[in-house]
Amino acid sequence: MEDFLWFKDITKDFGATRAVDNVSLTVRRGEIFSLLGPSGCGKTTLLRMLAGFEAPDTGRIILENQDITDLPPNLRRVNTIFQNYALFPHMTVRENIAFGLKVAKKPKAIIAAEVDRMLAMIQMQDHADKRPAQISGGQKQRVAIARALVLKPNVLLLDEPLAALDLKLRQKMLLELSLIHDEVGITFIYVTHDQGEAMSISDRIAVMNNGRIEQIGTPAEIYEAPKSSFVAAFIGDTNFFDGRITEVLDPEYCRISVPDLPDMLCFNDKKLAKGDLVHLSIRPEKFQISLDPPHAGVKYNVLRGVVEDIIYQGDHTRYWVNVGEDWNISISRQHTRFMLDEKPINWHDKVFISWFADDGFMLERYSEKDEELLPTPPQTVGESDAPLEDESDEQEPEAENRP
Amino acid sequence: MNPSKRRLWGEWLLTAPSFIWLTLFFLLPTLIIFAISFKPSDPLGGVGPGWTLRTLLSLRNPNYPEIIWRTAVLSITTTVVCIVLAIPIAYYIARCKAWKRDLVLFLTIIPFWTSFLIRIFAWKGVLHPDGLLKQALVFCNLISPDTLLLYRPGTVLLVMIYTELPFAILPLYAAAEKFDFSLIEAAMDLGAGRLRAFCSVFIPGISSGLLSACLMVLIPSIGSYVVPDVVGGIGSEMIGNVIAQKTFVDRNLPAASAMAALMTLSMLIPLLFFLRGNKGKNQEPKPAREVV
Repeated sequence: MEDFLWFKDITKDFGATRAVDNVSLTVRRGEIFSLLGPSGCGKTTLLRMLAGFEAPDTGRIILENQDITDLPPNLRRVNTIFQNYALFPHMTVRENIAFGLKVAKKPKAIIAAEVDRMLAMIQMQDHADKRPAQISGGQKQRVAIARALVLKPNVLLLDEPLAALDLKLRQKMLLELSLIHDEVGITFIYVTHDQGEAMSISDRIAVMNNGRIEQIGTPAEIYEAPKSSFVAAFIGDTNFFDGRITEVLDPEYCRISVPDLPDMLCFNDKKLAKGDLVHLSIRPEKFQISLDPPHAGVKYNVLRGVVEDIIYQGDHTRYWVNVGEDWNISISRQHTRFMLDEKPINWHDKVFISWFADDGFMLERYSEKDEELLPTPPQTVGESDAPLEDESDEQEPEAENRP
Repeated sequence: MNPSKRRLWGEWLLTAPSFIWLTLFFLLPTLIIFAISFKPSDPLGGVGPGWTLRTLLSLRNPNYPEIIWRTAVLSITTTVVCIVLAIPIAYYIARCKAWKRDLVLFLTIIPFWTSFLIRIFAWKGVLHPDGLLKQALVFCNLISPDTLLLYRPGTVLLVMIYTELPFAILPLYAAAEKFDFSLIEAAMDLGAGRLRAFCSVFIPGISSGLLSACLMVLIPSIGSYVVPDVVGGIGSEMIGNVIAQKTFVDRNLPAASAMAALMTLSMLIPLLFFLRGNKGKNQEPKPAREVV
């Protein structure tokens, strides 16, 4: 796939806030490229700049060797699916889809044929003469897609297209979007704050935070090899370990000391030297948890702890295991076997947790406030010694709870 | 009492005050006026005994067609000009920042703080042969010194537009404020230029406001009598002036009533037809069940 869309050094301020901060990125022809991040991270602003609704303060946008930065929206071969679909309420489904072709002054016969083709693609032939108020949310979504695709844009922009739908419908539409993408082969740029959506539909994802791009990569790269603590915490859950390298064993491995924990063995992919500070991210599902001592190999780390909390979620269970002082490690365990056949792990059980040295991942950038993105174990009210009314004390134990 | 019955009672109770008010002070007087137009006149200015069709037949006065025609032209022109001026203003108010919006709305309503009559007389001062505007225009060589600004049908039109414009702006603003402006972005995204997006998405989007703005301007315009009376001349009489003349000068209540009834019916009948046709078209169908 060739590169065909470039954002070059884009910056945009809204008053005193910097919405987009020196962003450069490249999109390849035919891919589904997601802009993922929390609200206010600048992803929608970036999309609106590509659509032509906002102008960047600095930087250029190049689409297929043409600088489109200063073109008005109606002259860009880029179409948008709006978050609320923005279907024209006074027009029928058919008229909505035909709008762009009519504006382009295409012959009537061609318009009719194209609209029929689109109606067939979205399977809405029976609803062609209804108005937007008469069709359901999923149907509106499909009309919005047809209305944009009928113009054969170079890029289709999707601004949180599924946010207004309920969960089941969202999954169905996600699959449908992906099928439509395969059928038309147009580049999709997909803006979302939902990591699940982005992971399942995208070829590549740009994770954004505070107007900057944190990381660009395939879903697997972003999940398995996050560059920053933000990416690690925003995409899925993780555990952060903040320590110092005490020993480099061979070029591949090192030993890390983390306050209040036994030294741990880790794969040294950043080639750090002895004494360097290191920030590790270990995903909950990389841990094994067992009541009996594990048959761990040489490259395994083993810790002992006490189960603090259990959340059963059907396909997996989330455990919080206290491994000393304030260290709570979040562990996820898949139920690959019928769960009742196993010896259950209960609250306050003494357990062993173990993980393979290669499963810890060293982060390039670390910010303590990213830990707030991680789920904390539910607080048990009864166990708290401090009276609940005492508000000044309430903040403190929570802050201490996190490593 | 079952709940649905109780709700019906509640609805009656809530509607009753406005219903009674409208019946007492609108419906009954209108019917009385209709009734009086079938009565003979009384030399003392009252209503004579018995019933007659003579009063109604007296409407075939050869002077009336011209006055009716002038009334129609002036009020329809007023309506069209007010709407054309008000649409961009409403668009602007709905789009601009909160403090600007408040300012422009305030400026729109501020004339209401001064008596209607005083404002009309103020126009008389402005347009007077020795008035400021006339002098300024003569000074700029735009008109000759003997051009008359006052007492012409054009003057009536100008002052009517001035008085009715807020009544066009307010309902249009109310509709524009509810308008989803992302629809304009959607239209531009689909290739429409600004004007095209404005005409094919914004205008239909505020159609309810357009309708009420038209009525709010048209109805008072047709009935206006102070404006032509004060700033208009002999050639700018409107139906309202005829009614006023019949009432106050001729002391012929039946004739005035007949004229008023004619005016009311000629407004009401087309309006009812229009509203009925519009209701059938615009009725929001029940939303489809949430199925994909």
